[in-house]
Amino acid sequence: MTSVQTNGNIAPLENGSDSVMDVNVRELYYGNFKAVRDTRLTIKKRTITALIGPSGCGKSTVLRCLNRMNDLVRGFRFHGHVHFRGKDIYDQKIDPVAVRRHIGMVFQQPNPFAMSIYRNVAFGLRLNRYRGNIMEKVESALRGAALWDEVKDKLHTSALAMSGGQQQRLCIARAIATQPEVLLMDEPCSALDPVATRKIEDLMQELKKRFTIAIVTHNLQQAKRVADTTAFLYVDTSQGGRTGYLVESGDTREIFENPREKYTQDYIRGEFS
Amino acid sequence: MNDLATFATPTEEIDLPELEKSLRSPRTLFSFCMSALTLVLTSLAIIPLFSVLLMLIWRGGPSISFSLFTSLPPAAGMVGGGIGNALVGTLLVVAIATVLSVPVGVLAGVFLAEIGRDSAAASAVRFSAKVLTGLPSILAGVFAFTMVVLLTGRFSPLAGGLALALLMLPTILLTSEEAIQMVPARMREAAIGMGATQTQTIWRVLLPTARPGILTGILLAVSRAAGETAPLLFTMTFSDYWLSSQVMAPTASLAVLIYNFSKSPFENQKEIAWAASLVLVLLVLGLNLSSRAVSRWSATK
Repeated sequence: MTSVQTNGNIAPLENGSDSVMDVNVRELYYGNFKAVRDTRLTIKKRTITALIGPSGCGKSTVLRCLNRMNDLVRGFRFHGHVHFRGKDIYDQKIDPVAVRRHIGMVFQQPNPFAMSIYRNVAFGLRLNRYRGNIMEKVESALRGAALWDEVKDKLHTSALAMSGGQQQRLCIARAIATQPEVLLMDEPCSALDPVATRKIEDLMQELKKRFTIAIVTHNLQQAKRVADTTAFLYVDTSQGGRTGYLVESGDTREIFENPREKYTQDYIRGEFS
Repeated sequence: MNDLATFATPTEEIDLPELEKSLRSPRTLFSFCMSALTLVLTSLAIIPLFSVLLMLIWRGGPSISFSLFTSLPPAAGMVGGGIGNALVGTLLVVAIATVLSVPVGVLAGVFLAEIGRDSAAASAVRFSAKVLTGLPSILAGVFAFTMVVLLTGRFSPLAGGLALALLMLPTILLTSEEAIQMVPARMREAAIGMGATQTQTIWRVLLPTARPGILTGILLAVSRAAGETAPLLFTMTFSDYWLSSQVMAPTASLAVLIYNFSKSPFENQKEIAWAASLVLVLLVLGLNLSSRAVSRWSATK
């Protein structure tokens, strides 16, 4: 098998007005461990971009670079750039806290706070010292997350009493309440049953009309169903470590029906979900 | 060469027990005796608690009356009297100790659990707090005596409060640290992912979520401090009068009242000491029960 160094088949970098984020992860380290290299992505406005690949290929790591969540990991070092609104969010002058208010995140495990449903959704509004009608915003966020009808009569009960799928939609409502431009979703359905998964996928199609979404998923069918663009990452073990890198990215249909790279073909063909 | 073949034929080598229970079998008998022994020893362990409680109710109970809580301690040879000023003094000194120790303890807990988790400062503080847990309470009194009584030139509830605060601090600090660490990492992540600053994460997510655990620690510390005598003996001493506007003065407390009156030759003062003991034990018991109620209430929420 040939060396896996090549990655000439990346999608051409678009600087057009429909690009919201332009990402280049040249090298990413956790301590001495090189976790990701040579991964370029362009995330287009009001589309869904999926990151797929085997476990340990760094897809979650790449996603967490997009709102600087990796800053919390000790020994994290990043070389490259993430352009958002014409600025590199890894620039010294950028406040990571502010970045996270523009680029929201939904996690793998539903993680509502141990407070009422209402206060969970209002959390971000309060952080941003929103002075308007909070109830109105909470309602529209819950409607946006297709949760309003289920919870409108129990807004002041604990969020932890809800089912997993409801909790995850609450987390989505909480994330969209402050109207971030981009929504990052890190395997949002992996802890959910198929019915709840379906609801979240339908919801993503609705959210796409107003937000730009990047999602990590280990479920190929899910990427196929929801994503406009798909990026396939793989693990390079040639230098002894386990370094993830981008094999190819492009239109979802292209990636699934006519992948250019052999690794992608093998991975897609091995699908059994 | 089938090894399993040896299992096919019953063998006399392994002596399997009879199916029926029988006390004649040595094994069953031994097991029964050991179970009985644990029961006996458990009863032994709770005898002190119940004998103290029963004795207090028997000797102190009859003296409990409304006037006990509203009167001043009786002078030698007098009849009647109460523990009003001592109860107020105990509540005051515990309140002072709480005000002094809770902010320091909880914020230090925040530092240990969240801000400087692995710093050298944190491990030094953690170690000191653990050592401080075992500090003999009389030494806390010596500390407060030197820091407040010698400096201000008088015995006062402030000195007593400082001594008790020193005893409460390690409990509050260590339980706060633990309660904050118990907050699931994903909640912390959620807050940071929303663009919360570290301060916002701590105030709006970590502390509210850890509140029941922190409250339990505070109540346990308070209940321990309320019963302390030694540190109060030479920081507040005692007073036969109500608190006056002159707060920086010797002040009565239940613990010191018990200490003084139990040595008294006068029957009336002894009875007041019994009643005060009962009140103090009920106070501590009440605090303990409410701390358990707090943790149970949060578990079912």
